[in-house]
Amino acid sequence: MIVRFLRDEGVKYIYGYPGGAVDVLHDALFKEKAIEHILVRHEQAATHMADGYARATGKAGVVLVTSGPGATNAITGIATAYMDSIPMVVLSGQVPSTMVGTDAFQETDMVGISRPIVKHSFIVKHPAEIPEVLKKAFHIAESGRPGPVVVDIPKDMTNPSDKFEYVYPKKVKLRSYGPAVRGHSGQIRKAAEMLLAAKRPVLYSGGGVIMGNASAPLTELARMLNLPVTNTLMGLGGYPGSDRQFLGMLGMHGSYTANLTMHHADVILAVGARFDDRVINGAPKFCPNAKIIHIDIDPASISKTIKADVPIVGPVDSVLTEMVAILKEIGEKPNPEALASWWKQIEEWRGSRGLFPYDKGDGSIIKPQTAVETLYEVTRGDAFVASDVGQHQMFAAQYYKFDKPNRWLNSGGLGTMGFGLPAAMGAKLNFPDVDVACVTGEGSIQMNIQELSTCLQYGLPVKIVNLNNGALGMVRQWQDMVYSGRHSHSYMESLPDFIKLAEAYGHVGMRITELKDLKPMMEEAFALKDRLVFLDIQVDVSEHVYPMQIRDGSMRDMWLSKTERT
Amino acid sequence: MRHIISLLLENEPGALSRVVGLFSQRNYNIESLTVAPTEDPTLSRLTLTTVGHDEVIEQITKNLNKLIEVVKLVNLSESAHIERELMLVKVKATGAQRAEIKRTADIFRGQIVDVTSSVYTVQLAGTSDKLDSFIQAIGTASILEVVRSGVTGIARGDKTLTI
Repeated sequence: MIVRFLRDEGVKYIYGYPGGAVDVLHDALFKEKAIEHILVRHEQAATHMADGYARATGKAGVVLVTSGPGATNAITGIATAYMDSIPMVVLSGQVPSTMVGTDAFQETDMVGISRPIVKHSFIVKHPAEIPEVLKKAFHIAESGRPGPVVVDIPKDMTNPSDKFEYVYPKKVKLRSYGPAVRGHSGQIRKAAEMLLAAKRPVLYSGGGVIMGNASAPLTELARMLNLPVTNTLMGLGGYPGSDRQFLGMLGMHGSYTANLTMHHADVILAVGARFDDRVINGAPKFCPNAKIIHIDIDPASISKTIKADVPIVGPVDSVLTEMVAILKEIGEKPNPEALASWWKQIEEWRGSRGLFPYDKGDGSIIKPQTAVETLYEVTRGDAFVASDVGQHQMFAAQYYKFDKPNRWLNSGGLGTMGFGLPAAMGAKLNFPDVDVACVTGEGSIQMNIQELSTCLQYGLPVKIVNLNNGALGMVRQWQDMVYSGRHSHSYMESLPDFIKLAEAYGHVGMRITELKDLKPMMEEAFALKDRLVFLDIQVDVSEHVYPMQIRDGSMRDMWLSKTERT
Repeated sequence: MRHIISLLLENEPGALSRVVGLFSQRNYNIESLTVAPTEDPTLSRLTLTTVGHDEVIEQITKNLNKLIEVVKLVNLSESAHIERELMLVKVKATGAQRAEIKRTADIFRGQIVDVTSSVYTVQLAGTSDKLDSFIQAIGTASILEVVRSGVTGIARGDKTLTI
């Protein structure tokens, strides 16, 4: 019944791992040709694969794990999806309902353990309710502010000898759940008028624009009003990264231009962003002169850390579309002189060295920033880029200019090392004709490196761009800056030979140590369309990610290099 | 400031744990909590009291509303309402104390609902303040045991919390 429902729901791939409590389901999958089950090597990777799929497509990824350790291994991936509002349905096996609570073999209270990190969860109480429960799970996961939903299934609910009538439920009824379907027109008009009257406006957009499928109306609005645009880490690609109006990412490692533009703005239009602590720096000093318009599907995101002057609760795509229509109807433009002088100021901040200037050195050693810039050139800015967590993640966010939404897959909220490779796999599986790169480091990649085996089994030729500096770079950076250079437990002795490791898993490994080899070898790697290539790039360990906001300061308080600050 | 938040909750296993979990997860306070099914057996009515600034209370109500099993919610403290708490107090009652306790219970419109040769059990309903005052009036020295139900409440006038 579960497998039939998944087929009727249009699920093509399930990411999972078998075990006692779900062996009936795996048996049913054996006979079902419309759904392919991807066998990972660790359940955490199953959740990240489903997550990568969801980020790339906007649809819920489906995970199937067994009870006990299967379920607990999935927890990190569920929390990752929860923090970034990613739709996911996790089916976890459970011991038979008659044994629940007896500390049975491989029993764990999955609903209890996952409670704080799911949008909702269900325990199946009777086999007949399975189609309805699953329909609700998909509906809740994908609608409103998306998120992961756990469905815990005791083994006796899937007994193949019990037969029940199955009807695919086309609709779902939930009296206590109804996310807003449109924003308040009066508020939208008020916001439009505020934007027209603004002298120093800025558009700050986040992951909600990606998952809310709103980058088209957002781009139209920004062009119409000639607004400077900055994206959060989660929002990259929501507005074309190579466009003149784009100021780069904002926040802790955001661009000098974006952070100063925010600080000096008089009207901030926040769309699908949540004023995260890694964005706003010190809340009391945040943007002292700005009125704030905040559009979000989740009312609890509004005025959580920063009070909104004009809150608008609703789906970002419909709110922005309505705002564009209202502006057309009003037919006015913002004061051209004020806007021209605002842009002049912004261009002064941007300067001639680009949004993220860095010292390219003498070429004797590869800079990690250069590696990302080269990746951007080689893939013509059109790849799916999954990243792990650390310095390489920030370099990827700064130097890879995403022109399209859903192309940048990273664990923004939870910051999960080990996310990159399985997320890249999830994207590659569903977009076999598009280049998929995993930008990672020698620390993060080892957190889910076993998935190289899954890649071989299912033919997933992702390209791993390992920025290997032989150190846990971000930890080391903080130790340099905050802990007087004491590199406590941030270095990696006895690293494996990644080339041999890749080869042992049946893939191609390439080591790049010279700057002159960087581009040609990367091109060679991406030319190998049907092979996974592990590019182990030796990069400068002394590089730091800049700018870096100074703790508890305002948006404009930043270190710009090891010696300069604002 | 203290707030009384009242909600209709799907009468399903696990629903209560989500409400309670939310408070610990987001570092909110719960001072008291009462919950029981309503006349509609698919719904429970849950009333809780909490303390916090207006911004915190706003976040609490928003996050409670986000829980799938919360059907409807009202912050009773925002308008005229009636609040009640039930208390059962077991007090030492010997000699002259017996008459004194009876008198005090009468003043507070309490009832003595159980009697032994040395103990009275007093039942008292009212606002939390009134129950506090009763305890003070009796004096903690003679109190053997106190059981309080936690606050429950209802809006005054025509307003109802129903679906």
